[in-house]
Amino acid sequence: MESVIEQIINGLRTGSIYALIALGYTMVYGIAKMINFAHGDIIMVGAYSLYVFISLLHIPVILSILLSILVCALLGITMEKVAYKPLRNAPPLAVLITAIGMSFLLQSLALLIFKANPIPFKSIIKLAPVKIGSITIAGISIITFLVTTLIMIFLTLFIRYTKAGRAMRAVSEDRQAAELMGIDVNRTISMVFAIGSALGAVAGILYVCQYQTLQPTLGALPGIKAFVAAVFGGIGSVPGAMLGGILLGVIESISKAYISSELADAIVFSVLVLVLLLKPSGLLGKNRIEKV
Amino acid sequence: MIEKIREKMTGRNRKLMMIGVMIVGYIACVFLAEGNLLNRQMKSLIVPLGINIILAVSLNITTGFLGELSLGHAGFMAIGAYTGAIFTKYVTWLSPFPAFLIAILLGGVMAAIFGVLIGMPVLRLKGDYLAIVTLAFGEIIRSVINAMDVTGGAKGLSKIPTYTTYTWVYLVIIVTIVVARRLLHSRQGRAIVSIRENTIAAEAMGVQVTRYKILAFAIAAFFAGMAGVLYAHNFSILKPDTFDYNKSIDILVFVVLGGMGSIKGSVIAATVLTILPEVLRSADDLRKLLYALALIVIMVYKSGNGKEMISRLLKKKEAV
Repeated sequence: MESVIEQIINGLRTGSIYALIALGYTMVYGIAKMINFAHGDIIMVGAYSLYVFISLLHIPVILSILLSILVCALLGITMEKVAYKPLRNAPPLAVLITAIGMSFLLQSLALLIFKANPIPFKSIIKLAPVKIGSITIAGISIITFLVTTLIMIFLTLFIRYTKAGRAMRAVSEDRQAAELMGIDVNRTISMVFAIGSALGAVAGILYVCQYQTLQPTLGALPGIKAFVAAVFGGIGSVPGAMLGGILLGVIESISKAYISSELADAIVFSVLVLVLLLKPSGLLGKNRIEKV
Repeated sequence: MIEKIREKMTGRNRKLMMIGVMIVGYIACVFLAEGNLLNRQMKSLIVPLGINIILAVSLNITTGFLGELSLGHAGFMAIGAYTGAIFTKYVTWLSPFPAFLIAILLGGVMAAIFGVLIGMPVLRLKGDYLAIVTLAFGEIIRSVINAMDVTGGAKGLSKIPTYTTYTWVYLVIIVTIVVARRLLHSRQGRAIVSIRENTIAAEAMGVQVTRYKILAFAIAAFFAGMAGVLYAHNFSILKPDTFDYNKSIDILVFVVLGGMGSIKGSVIAATVLTILPEVLRSADDLRKLLYALALIVIMVYKSGNGKEMISRLLKKKEAV
């Protein structure tokens, strides 16, 4: 019984990271109607920038974290301006290929700068594990839960109650109408990319603290899995991304422990296929009506 | 001049000339490969080059003709490769020629079956979703191969007989190109292209979208499977990690760079992108970077406001 609970806690931890990444996908999809394939690699950039700031430049931890988040947010904005903005009215295929190119670009730049060998990185989270009865919860798990929960609460409040949040919802509802109402669409889209990428940076920091190695491709797989989570929860829906991420983390961890560790990835991706077959709009997504 | 010759040649003449070109091409290839014109490094590139051409042309059927992005093409290649390799490894009582022929066909058919199986659920989706699901299927195929015993798991299969020769590769290339060309100009091909141009209009005109999508998927998978068999019997070793998502993207780069929908383009792009990194040894690290830049630049330039941006930069004012 204890082992089941421990597996679920592990799943919740990975799931929280997925949820953070999935938020980036879902927000960008909601507003720009595109899948930002390079989002997974923003996680990698976040992890590497943390490594550069802490291990190479010896900047204090808190400042390093803030700087890493800033780097990713700026990267998100630049990416949108350079690669996606010129394609705003292009067919989806072109946008998707550009996004894949962007993802490859970030990976190969990291490969050129840091080489392919994994770099060890010591976790910055030094919290003693907590014991409840016979169950031990690692310090990193507690921090991950806390950080994700706080971020989700703030994000929900931000989207619901601030002027900028309202602008974001308006643009995702109907871009043209929003523009007519005096909303600066370009600025709103930039802001969404910045927030999404900043969340990606947080996910990257938590991820690297958990696995403690850095590789240029570290963001690819969690990125794709988080996308699955976003679709699972209903793409475009913020609470959906949170729910989808956490559920997917638990599914993965349970199947790793009780079915087969090799097949865990296959099971995760089967979830995507099943969701798209049975309920393409996801758990909390809205149904889309196709117009001619 | 060439145009005039082309005009004169109709029907049978043209067919005869095509066959002539194929034979001359084959002789040229054999001459290059068997003669002492190429060094060993270049010789070892001929088979991978041919395999890349087959992969590029086949992916062009889904991405170029049908207009749907498939990110799991390496998965179909893997199915073909493992099917063919397991066949030739265990059926040792057949002599090489029939064994390899059956292996190639079997690999292709197996991949096509999976193409249909995957195609059926995927068809309900389009655009972004379809691309991601093909990616997911590619990864599922890879991790299932990784977990199975008959495929050797993560260690992979080794000691596969090396049956692949230049002739086999050349034959499969020709078949792939001819089929792709014939398809494009056939009733089925036009139906597939109409789905790309406007799905709703095509459906209104009575094109059975689902059926033709499956057809395109299955044909592309068939050739990818054959390419996989050739690959397996060239290197004699198979590992599941070879067929990951990056491999699928590599093939996609060939198709995008060559021009989506253009068979000639796919062949040229596959050739250039296979040989170039080998010739520019020092630029090997930059290969991925160049691929990535190529994808972005081509897309932004071709389908976006890229043209306008560049002409504005050059201060050319176009008349409206």
